[in-house]
Amino acid sequence: MNSFAMHGHARLPRVCIIGAGIVGTATAFFLARSGCDVTIVERGTVGGQASGVNFGGVRCHGRDPSELPLAMRSRTIWNRLAELIGHDCDFEAPGHLKIARSSAEMDTLTRWFDIGRAHDLDVELLDRTQLMRRFPWLASDIVGASLCKGDGFANPRLVAPTFARAARALGASVLEGSAVTAIDRLQGGGFRVSGANFNALEADVVVNAAGAWAASLGLPFGAAAPTVTRAPQMFVTEPTARFIGPVLGLVSGDIYLRQSVRGNVIFGGGQGHIDPGGIRSHPDETTFARTPALMRNLIPALTHTALLRSWTGLEANTPDGLPVIGTSAGHDGFIHAYGFSGHGFATGPGVGETLSELILRGQTRIDLTSFHPDRFNTIARPAAL
Amino acid sequence: MGNETETPRIAIVGGGPAGMRAAGLLAAAGLRPVLFNEAPEPGGQIYRRPPPPLRTVLSPARLYGPDAVRAMALHSDFEAVADRIDHRSGTLVWNIMKQEHGGFRLLHQDADGGQGAHNCDAVILATGAMDRILPMPGWTLPGVWSMGGAQVMLKGQASLVGRRPVFAGSGPLLYLVAWQYAKEGGRPAAVIDASTFAAKLRAAPMLAARPAVALRGLAMAAALRLRGIPVIEGAHADRIEATDTGMRVHWSSSTSSGQIDGDAVAIGHGLKSEQQLAELLGCRSRHNAESGQWLIETDPEGRTSVAGAYLAGDMAGIRGGHAAEFAGELAAWALLADLKHRDNASRRAVLRRKLSRQDRFRRGLEQAFPFPQHRIASLPDETIVCRCEGISASALRRAITDWQPADVNRLKAMSRCGMGRCQGRLCGQIAAGLLTAQLGRTPGDVGHLRAQAPIKPIPGSQLIVEKGAVE
Repeated sequence: MNSFAMHGHARLPRVCIIGAGIVGTATAFFLARSGCDVTIVERGTVGGQASGVNFGGVRCHGRDPSELPLAMRSRTIWNRLAELIGHDCDFEAPGHLKIARSSAEMDTLTRWFDIGRAHDLDVELLDRTQLMRRFPWLASDIVGASLCKGDGFANPRLVAPTFARAARALGASVLEGSAVTAIDRLQGGGFRVSGANFNALEADVVVNAAGAWAASLGLPFGAAAPTVTRAPQMFVTEPTARFIGPVLGLVSGDIYLRQSVRGNVIFGGGQGHIDPGGIRSHPDETTFARTPALMRNLIPALTHTALLRSWTGLEANTPDGLPVIGTSAGHDGFIHAYGFSGHGFATGPGVGETLSELILRGQTRIDLTSFHPDRFNTIARPAAL
Repeated sequence: MGNETETPRIAIVGGGPAGMRAAGLLAAAGLRPVLFNEAPEPGGQIYRRPPPPLRTVLSPARLYGPDAVRAMALHSDFEAVADRIDHRSGTLVWNIMKQEHGGFRLLHQDADGGQGAHNCDAVILATGAMDRILPMPGWTLPGVWSMGGAQVMLKGQASLVGRRPVFAGSGPLLYLVAWQYAKEGGRPAAVIDASTFAAKLRAAPMLAARPAVALRGLAMAAALRLRGIPVIEGAHADRIEATDTGMRVHWSSSTSSGQIDGDAVAIGHGLKSEQQLAELLGCRSRHNAESGQWLIETDPEGRTSVAGAYLAGDMAGIRGGHAAEFAGELAAWALLADLKHRDNASRRAVLRRKLSRQDRFRRGLEQAFPFPQHRIASLPDETIVCRCEGISASALRRAITDWQPADVNRLKAMSRCGMGRCQGRLCGQIAAGLLTAQLGRTPGDVGHLRAQAPIKPIPGSQLIVEKGAVE
């Protein structure tokens, strides 16, 4: 894998990160910690898009085997947030319960159980009786479930701003309200990044962490992954007594749910609408009816709990549900990190640490082959120039 | 908007004087408007009627005092055309959206708890106002009421929140409610008025725009004094505490201080416009320095920046029930003219003139009873600002120091202030005030909390798609 370090530069690279979401800010933090000159350029505000408004789930449970090492690496960082960036971001690990409503879904859980065990994860399969004994407030039409004990959740509103604050304290620049309009490759190597509200800056390495807008932004640099932008819809109820321990999710993905420290039940499921222009999104009326009904159906005790708000955020999804991380052939120095397909929050801190390794050492502890930007190419690209 | 062959579909949200007058005119014009009213009865907060069994006890004269004639005229005019209005009472409109091909879609929760949706070509929003409160330590204690809440207890339930309540705050409602309590068997322990006599004097020329109303206010204050009820001007309620026997309010002014015991406390610092639905539609708003509030921009006839959406009544700035009737009728005339359905330019001109006189009076009131904005910066640390989430002034100050939020929505995200059941209705302005004070910003810079649907909490909804569809 190509990197700045491999080209034999003596000094540390200057890095420009586009996008101040969780991936961008975590990458900036780990780079700044190593003494790199880092600048984040953000069109809006830090964590103002998907990173700040997502469900907040942090799980390894059910992850694709190729993504699991990344999720697990990230998980170790989640545990250390207070020590690393000065705030635990309300991270808790009450476990994640994946719920099967059919025997076919239960088979899926059983298959993953072996994967989880092979990765030394603390996973447990529960049949209906065991489930009802442990979680008697669940609906009775559940076939079974799988519980992954190390999983949990954090407060999405805090995470990217806290990483950004810690990165700033280590000398990184975070430019908000700064939209990139051009990225030019310089003759002698490196890039010039220019745009609105900031002085054009030069960098040896550019990281494309622009979330739902990364694919179009990175197009001139080999971002060939065909992503689809979606707007998952979230809800929050008024606070109630805390009785839901683990984070819940149906195998079908129709609903996922957790109870916050304060007792509010936060749940997601279904899609909102993407506004014209593609920068914002808003809740969908049908989803507004369906998802709360599913929630009540899953936990009948919440039938009369009032809904306070609903919101959506935009995220990029890839065809295989795996992120795009790395450099496209022929585009040295330009690193993509997008298309997290709903997993960006949980894996973000791990992606940040991994990218800092990639940039500083040219190699990473975990295998990124499955995330290669060129994996969707049907026609072979020319080799590096 | 609606084409020539079909009758345009008009929705009105709000069943107070503005909504009732708008509905009355549109009904008379043959348009059969749909009137969504969150309350079970028309009349709004100002002309609220008690439930039928209490009506014999609470006559309009007792309920509305000198406004009784006006109130009865409004109710009887409305009843005269009621069969030509599709009146959905007890119905909360909790979301409004622009439709792709013009017009609007309203989502609502009906009196029976069911969910519905309604499409229309044009909408008049007249959702009124609510209490505006400057918090103080102790304001969340049981036994402390908002001024409007204390009045609702009287008008809606023929009950008093206490026999000897302390009334504290500012604004005309302070004297009105205290006077109503005195008249209905209570004996207010005191009226603590944040505004000074000098401020009222300065506002006198503008208040003279409605001499009768201004005099009535003076008369109420005088009547309270005559009954031996202390009226302390230029004084602030600094702290409320619960004692063994009731409530104690600690107050201070520039020259003195003291404490007053009562059995309840009613606080209110004027009213604030309820603009969430207009915001959801994307109507342009602007910070209004006189009232210290963000207000939706309208032209003199109530047109907003969104074609087909009109505003009337206190929702568009606090002018009171009298002005709301004119504004409701005027918005309806503007709508009829825009639809090319019918027009009455001279009536519109008359209503505009009446409203501009009311507007002058409103500015006078805002001068006489300014919201004590300057007190926000010095709120004691322990003051609960966001009562839904239990966020104190010190927690907000810490969040401002830690995060240097660019605007009040960011402050909400970092602190939870405004995330509770009231959606920041009460605390939003206070949080913005703390932010401007601490970071030396302007109200225009820090903005206001964005409205989000549902604008009020709703029970987990039933299947909207099945029931609502298109009407």
